[in-house]
Amino acid sequence: MDFCNTGGMEEPQVHGADGLLGEVEDAEAALRAAALRDLEGTASFDAIVAADQKIEPRDVMPEDYRKGLIRQIAQHAHSEIIGMQPEGNWITRAPSLRRKAILLAKVQDEAGHGLYLYAAAETLGVAREELTDALLTGRQKYSSIFNYPTLTWADMGAIGWLVDGAAIVNQVPLCRCSYGPYARAMIRICKEESFHQRQGYQSLYVLAQGSPEQKAMAQDAVNRWWYPSLAMFGPPDAESTHSAQSMAWKVKRFSNDDLRQRFVDMCVPQAEILGLTLPDPDLRWNEERRHYDFTQPDFDELMRVVKGDGPCNRERMAHRRRAHDEGAWVRAAAAAYAAKEKVVV
Amino acid sequence: MSTEPLWEVFVRPRRGLSHTHVGSLHAPDAKMALRHARDLYTRRQEGISIWVVPAAEITASSPDEKDAFFDPAADKIYRHPTFYELPEGVPHL
Repeated sequence: MDFCNTGGMEEPQVHGADGLLGEVEDAEAALRAAALRDLEGTASFDAIVAADQKIEPRDVMPEDYRKGLIRQIAQHAHSEIIGMQPEGNWITRAPSLRRKAILLAKVQDEAGHGLYLYAAAETLGVAREELTDALLTGRQKYSSIFNYPTLTWADMGAIGWLVDGAAIVNQVPLCRCSYGPYARAMIRICKEESFHQRQGYQSLYVLAQGSPEQKAMAQDAVNRWWYPSLAMFGPPDAESTHSAQSMAWKVKRFSNDDLRQRFVDMCVPQAEILGLTLPDPDLRWNEERRHYDFTQPDFDELMRVVKGDGPCNRERMAHRRRAHDEGAWVRAAAAAYAAKEKVVV
Repeated sequence: MSTEPLWEVFVRPRRGLSHTHVGSLHAPDAKMALRHARDLYTRRQEGISIWVVPAAEITASSPDEKDAFFDPAADKIYRHPTFYELPEGVPHL
């Protein structure tokens, strides 16, 4: 097998990646600029949000804003933690040391992103134990995408390109979220995330340029990950339960359908460069709308997977519970050591 | 699961820049907090120095009292150089 041989391969141009990274930098600059603008006297919650400034942990805020944010940030954190599993599945079988090191670094990043987000959620007055418990007991959800299996090595490429690509399109606007700790965590995460998407695209590109079998494997991975990636943007706007209030509070800045369209428009030219086909016979440019028309994902399937009936839900949860239980002795030992040191001093 | 204390993490990105708050984490003691902070917040050489501070040890001013608290400085505009109007054409001042 020589599909690990990437020597001399030019990295293809990823359209849109620079644009998104530019948006992250703009969001960071806007955050600094807004911070310098003067607000009259003691500004109310609404005035701070209206002025595009950030709400900080100790500010007065509506209870539903606080609760909604905890729910959203926690679900985001859980997704990062569970999201380590599909790719972790391939670390020991990566086709080269280089690919293995890249995959390890990526999975480490997911753990880091989960921790940044848990810390951001805790600033809203929820304890880490509550969040961990909510995940382990299934009271809080994680992204449905991680309940799909990673069947071949090409899935690592497809996940980086499509799943991380969709995540970035979703997350870049969150860099402008009205809650300071979440916005700052997202700026940090999005900057790191661009490596994830690029490595995936490059990995898939190498396969697509390889033998007919390798190209077929890449195409198969794209076929399986395309619609679940489209479903990552959530239900259609008409059925989205939390959207309107979330937009008013500037937590969310664009609708599910707008972001989904944006993702499709970005992916089409990227797929052309890969020489792979997106599995949608009705995908075509609409000159009038200046967007691609496309087939929506199966939202009934999305709801089934969210409710626990995806291909890997049980496996993911069982693995997370086992990892948590098997790590108990490490936490106990560290606590015992800290307590012993205190007594000595 | 026992509750590990919360630590606030500050990273100095480069010599000459001050330590800046980057986030927080849980750890049983200071040494572990420092190691976790290195692993979590400096995976890409973001810093050359890290401080970890027990969150419980930080005393913060209250946002409710922000106006009253910072009020003493508000009416002392004579502390700013722009308060002093200079005659036209005075050089290097």
